[in-house]
Amino acid sequence: MPKWIIYSALIILFTTCKGEKTVALDATNVFESKGIEIPVYDFESFKPLLTINDGKTRVVNFWATWCKPCVAELPYFELINSRYPDDKVEVILVSLDVPSQVESKLIPFVVKQKIESKVILLDDPDANSWIPKVSKNWSGSIPATIIYKNGTINFYERSFTYNELEKELKKML
Amino acid sequence: MKTLKILVGVAFIIAISAFALNKVSGTKIKGGYSIGDIATDFKLKNVDDSSVSLSDYDDAKGFIVIFTCNHCPYSVAYEDRIIALDLLYKEKGYPVIAINPNNPKAYPDDSFDNMKIRAKEKGFTFPYLTDDTQVIYPMYGATKTPHVYVLEKTTTGNIVRYIGAIDNNYKDASAATKKYVEDAVNALLKGKKVPVEVTKAIGCSIKA
Repeated sequence: MPKWIIYSALIILFTTCKGEKTVALDATNVFESKGIEIPVYDFESFKPLLTINDGKTRVVNFWATWCKPCVAELPYFELINSRYPDDKVEVILVSLDVPSQVESKLIPFVVKQKIESKVILLDDPDANSWIPKVSKNWSGSIPATIIYKNGTINFYERSFTYNELEKELKKML
Repeated sequence: MKTLKILVGVAFIIAISAFALNKVSGTKIKGGYSIGDIATDFKLKNVDDSSVSLSDYDDAKGFIVIFTCNHCPYSVAYEDRIIALDLLYKEKGYPVIAINPNNPKAYPDDSFDNMKIRAKEKGFTFPYLTDDTQVIYPMYGATKTPHVYVLEKTTTGNIVRYIGAIDNNYKDASAATKKYVEDAVNALLKGKKVPVEVTKAIGCSIKA
């Protein structure tokens, strides 16, 4: 049994710099180890993250430590995260690692690779119900990425090079 | 890592149906089978070094073709269930045919030698074939492992009757409330329409 802290309904408050109305995402759990916190969401609690309408561009990458092409392109997402200002672009790395491997694989990976982007875990085994809600064009393979700002959303079921990723990001900025 | 707090302003919630596909996708497999299509036969090398084709199975009523592999945790999570499917349905005329579609250069775990080792370790009761020339999986349209195609054998060929996941809980077989492949094969055995014909699942991308 992994030693993670269970919050029956951890409320993560969302605030904006402008002090607008806030919304809460309810993480179902939080894994905490080596100074890293990974909040865990089921799809219902994760869903609002795909529809935030605050003028910021969000790059949401679905990945897992076991997914080789995902790991290969992570540095490009990290580079985007570091090169663009936080109030313009936010990178969110949505891990689909199995929960039993969060402490043994995911957190050590985040530590070793010094991942700066936000990492969260989407843990919802009934994928058939939620994959089409992310994109009706998604077959379920990863890597997959959403780039969105306000109501404009692009979905990519593919791998990226840095230049390709930045090109797609710039379409949105 | 940054703080847990995600900064968000919510003026409007945009309907998820507004998601648009960007057409730049380069790795997406075009085509592939839809329900009702005739699936191609193949001749692929099995872990016992024999060659296996669907046409070898004179008595089969159909097939449970599963694209799977060694390295993928989702495939590994389903191994016992794949064995159980074969044991349950082989005698009823629907044997499991497992195909590893990965390029072993991309995933050394998926090499033919490692397939042999895994098949032996787990006691696979079904053929575990290598699509090492990577010709068959694009024809089926498989994009990830595991990815299941239930075929019904007819006089005109093997008709695709179900495409997708094995069930609706990869983590825990006992927690699965929908057993898509079982439901599909049970319906076919009764001469009925498959209740859920297509499902989606997370899986490991097939590496060319």
